[in-house]
Amino acid sequence: MAKLFVTLILLLPLLCNCFSSENPTDRRILVLLDDLGIKSSHSIFFRSLQSRGFELDFKLADDKKITLQRYGQYLYDGLILFSPTVERFGGSLDLSAVMDFVDSGHDLIVAADVSASDLIRDIATECGVDFDEDPAAMVIDHTSYVVSETEGDHTLIASDDFIQSDVILGSKKIEAPVLFQGIGHSLNAANNLVLKVLSASSSAYSAKPGAKLSSPPSLTGSAISLVSVVQARNNARILISGSLALFSNRFYRSDVQKAGSSTRHEKSGNEQFVTELSKWVFHERGHLKAVNVRHHKVGETDEPAMYRINDDLEYSIEIYEWSGKSWQPYVADDVQVQFYMMSPYVLKTLSTDQKGRYFTSFKVPDVYGVFQFKVEYQKLGYTSLSLSKQIPVRPFRHNEYERFITTAFPYYGASFSTMAGFFVFSVVYLYNK
Amino acid sequence: MAALEYGGATTLRHAFGSVLCFFILLLIGVLAFSIRLFSVIKYESVIHEFDPYFNYRVTQFLTKNGIYDFWNWFDDRTWYPLGRVIGGTVYPGLTLTAGSLWWLLNSLNIPLSVETVCVFTAPIFSANAAWATYLLTKEVRGTGAGLTAAALLAMVPSYISRSVAGSYDNEAVAIFALIFTFYLYVKTLNTGSLFYATLNALAYFYMVCSWGGYTFIINLIPMHVLLCIVTGRYSSRLYIAYAPLVVLGTLLASLVPVVGFNAVMTSEHFASFLVFIIIHVVALVYYIKGILSPKMFKVAVTLVVSIGLIVCLAVIAVLVALVASSPTKGWSGRSLSLLDPTYASKYIPIIASVSEHQPPTWPSYFMDINVLAFLVPAGIIACFLPLSDASSFVVLYIVTSVYFSGVMVRLMLVLAPAACIMSGIALSEAFNVFTRSIKFQLPGIPENSHSGAGDTTSGSATIKNDAVKSEKHSSTDKKEDSLKERPSKKNRKKEKEPVEKATIKSQVEKKLLALPLEMSVVAIFLLVLLGALYVVHCVWAAAEAYSAPSIVLTSYSHDGLHVFDDFREAYAWLRHNTEVDDKVASWWDYGYQTTAMANRTVIVDNNTWNNTHIATVGTAMSSPEKAAWEIFNSLDVKYVLVVFGGLVGYPSDDINKFLWMVRIGGGVFPHIREPDYLRDGQYRIDSQATSTMLNCLMYKLSYYRFVETDGKGFDRVRRTEIGKKYFKLTHFEEVFTTHHWMVRIYKLKPPKNRIRGKTKKSKAGSKTSSTTSSKRAGRRKNPWH
Repeated sequence: MAKLFVTLILLLPLLCNCFSSENPTDRRILVLLDDLGIKSSHSIFFRSLQSRGFELDFKLADDKKITLQRYGQYLYDGLILFSPTVERFGGSLDLSAVMDFVDSGHDLIVAADVSASDLIRDIATECGVDFDEDPAAMVIDHTSYVVSETEGDHTLIASDDFIQSDVILGSKKIEAPVLFQGIGHSLNAANNLVLKVLSASSSAYSAKPGAKLSSPPSLTGSAISLVSVVQARNNARILISGSLALFSNRFYRSDVQKAGSSTRHEKSGNEQFVTELSKWVFHERGHLKAVNVRHHKVGETDEPAMYRINDDLEYSIEIYEWSGKSWQPYVADDVQVQFYMMSPYVLKTLSTDQKGRYFTSFKVPDVYGVFQFKVEYQKLGYTSLSLSKQIPVRPFRHNEYERFITTAFPYYGASFSTMAGFFVFSVVYLYNK
Repeated sequence: MAALEYGGATTLRHAFGSVLCFFILLLIGVLAFSIRLFSVIKYESVIHEFDPYFNYRVTQFLTKNGIYDFWNWFDDRTWYPLGRVIGGTVYPGLTLTAGSLWWLLNSLNIPLSVETVCVFTAPIFSANAAWATYLLTKEVRGTGAGLTAAALLAMVPSYISRSVAGSYDNEAVAIFALIFTFYLYVKTLNTGSLFYATLNALAYFYMVCSWGGYTFIINLIPMHVLLCIVTGRYSSRLYIAYAPLVVLGTLLASLVPVVGFNAVMTSEHFASFLVFIIIHVVALVYYIKGILSPKMFKVAVTLVVSIGLIVCLAVIAVLVALVASSPTKGWSGRSLSLLDPTYASKYIPIIASVSEHQPPTWPSYFMDINVLAFLVPAGIIACFLPLSDASSFVVLYIVTSVYFSGVMVRLMLVLAPAACIMSGIALSEAFNVFTRSIKFQLPGIPENSHSGAGDTTSGSATIKNDAVKSEKHSSTDKKEDSLKERPSKKNRKKEKEPVEKATIKSQVEKKLLALPLEMSVVAIFLLVLLGALYVVHCVWAAAEAYSAPSIVLTSYSHDGLHVFDDFREAYAWLRHNTEVDDKVASWWDYGYQTTAMANRTVIVDNNTWNNTHIATVGTAMSSPEKAAWEIFNSLDVKYVLVVFGGLVGYPSDDINKFLWMVRIGGGVFPHIREPDYLRDGQYRIDSQATSTMLNCLMYKLSYYRFVETDGKGFDRVRRTEIGKKYFKLTHFEEVFTTHHWMVRIYKLKPPKNRIRGKTKKSKAGSKTSSTTSSKRAGRRKNPWH
């Protein structure tokens, strides 16, 4: 067994081959629009992306020349669908092409709106987001609507029910409520990949504005999600919003006063909210990588091919987070390593030196078999880390047991005294007379 | 003068006989070796079947890493993730034998590959076994019987089935070790030599190293000792033959890691210890009887018997309590199924599932030992005519082995040598009688020596009878007696040693067996014909029935020979197309081959030491796709391999083994219930099959896309159209199917990248069902049904 059968299965680079391990942030983004007017009406959003270094490629959604890949290579790292009404994309793009784009590790922003097309709904469904079936329905809220001159139908709502995550929404608190006007969606509770970033208040419901409610609305209360994000298993990120206007210059600049609240904010929270969220979606934040997984016996430095039961070993790993420009040490106190064979035999929280290195030491359990060092780190908003490294643990060799055991001395005594007795007996029997 | 001349003639004749005997033995060895080469000639020099692949792999490891690494070998490529301590769980005899052969050849600058050595180990050792049979039978009944028995054993089909070239299994060397141990035991019994007793213990040690069947020896020999004691044949030779064997043998046996403390802790060995005590008590009684007056002896007997009874009862009580405290009463499952043939099928499906553990059918006796079956009774009678210690031993051997072979078809192998010895004795006795009759009645030879010659040869039986009788009379000092007996045996061949025979002659004369000449000639002709039939059958069995390597299959049809090399095709695919650390799940039959040929980690293999692990795989195979995927995923399985014979009609495929998977799985995981897979108690895969059956993983992996082959989905093994023809796999994808579809390899799909929402569209519903709900409450309807 000179050859060591130890592998390092880094699921992260394996699955998302599109994120270059050096620079996970997206660069080239295709923006599909219903009409080119959106380019100017949402210019602040686009400009903020461009100022952060993204190359935006604007196309009409029914442009015949749209293509995501050429010669098997994707031309873009991200896709923004600001085309809620498009029934069919032009060119080679269709539902499955969009999904393949995501499944190969690329990011997506989808904005729906009232009377969103089936195509956009299907894309959302594929990602685990169900828009209200009723095509005319909007989110209506009679308590947290935006106060304006005209008493509207309360479809322009101001929400400040954000997800509690610094990674997704940035560390700076969003003070002003976010303006929203559009359709709501619901999430499957069993789906652990999708997160509700902005949810409606408990008094909201989804119905056709101005029409009489004949039956209870299908979506009510805080179950309605206004903006959701999805992080797929390959760490591709998707942002789905029920409102295209959320990104618009008009909402960005609008002052906002929530009904029932006396404070009037000069500027809505939209700009901050959308900017921070787009940073997250395009992997400028919350992207982790793990490198330099090492383990060895205490007092040694070389990685063995195999441990023996009851060995003492040291394990270390380095975890970095992408800051948008460079890899920074990731600091947390909840990274755990498992020594795993069908179930974790050892589960230890790693200590960190604040420079990205996590380490621990433990004793190999008194069980032999093929174990794995497993790090399964799934934290809200961060890309998931899932590493496993196989290592066999062998029992004692035949000469590694204790040669003499104290408790067995009576037996040693017995056998030696028998031998001596036999010898004496033989002498006496043979030579006596 | 005349006497001197005569003596010279006999010496010459004796020398000529020895040389002839030597060459006959040599030829028997060549025969035993070459009759086993059919598989190499017809197929190729390749390791056969399942277990030999493991042995081959172990031998490779041994030759590469040396004996200490072999002893401490922890194999992380099998039984993932448990691993297996090979050094401590394997009988090392075969491996060490082949390893030393290889080492010897290499150090003589004969560069043979390990595989070649492994392939030819079994034929070499069957030649050895033939010679050992000669020695054993010679000890029992003289050279003639020995040669006949050796010739019979060299080609007995039962033994050929386990020792053709390439069949590199424990039995290959173990049968030699078994016969050789018996020979040394009988030799010690005949000579009373401590030298042979020590050799006997060593031979026993080799047997323990080689095969779990050593328990047969350690129970048969005590039985024989007990028989001798009970029938009043106790002698110091018996003591010398037995006591050192138990002491040395047990000590040596416990040195073998796989046996270890089992040598003193399990019930299989208790009989030998009990007899060990008894023989000492008997020896003591004889000793005391010798030094005491008869009256005093009687007093002592009553005294000792009363005390001894109490002690014995106490000891037995302790033993019974100890044994009863263990759940299996100290017996391992295989041994229990020997005693109670229905035990395994009742309680241990994993033992019962192996075809070689089934009771044999009547035809298999005729197939495996052929005419020997008819000769054995004659041999038993011949053994009784003068019953000696040695012949009583072979009688006991044949009786027990007949019983065991009736329990387990695999133990036919133990019966075969016994049958050969018995038949050898019978044949040689018969030839003796007939040729003597001819010789006696031929007109040319009525010389003065005729009566003597006739007497001694014909009366060999009676002479022995006498010897035995006298032996009985003077049972106290057997040593001289036996020494006397042995020269007398030799004298039979010399034909004339008139000094002490003179007295016997007169008694024997009237008992002379003189058959009519014509009858003798016809009888000899018939016997030769019988022998010829046997030879024809053996050659046929060696050539046709037993030399298929089972990894390469052939079939003849109207358009010629078809070769099915699918297994190696599949293993080669695995070796070249998968990662070195990928885990391959299959039913345990293919575990050894996968590790040896594909060099991939397997979950379970043919060494069935962990029932739960096998049951897990069985459960996965009998579960619906999603549940199976979860089980396999939890075991880090990447590929699933199934063997499917429905296209070409290969009957021992996984569908036919499937009920055992269900049984073994259900034995540990009760939610797998056998009746769910049977329609009215019938196992079927056609449209009448239960939905559980049609939705289980094994059905799906076997019949996936099967309908595309002929448009109907007609299974040629089950001779029916399959029940569900069109279905898709959601959690597995087909990655490789061999040329004849005999091996199909599937890959586990990774979990979905995204989780879909729940729309009410019917089109989407089917896809979601697989991923949205993590719980599988109840039995969901398959969307493709």
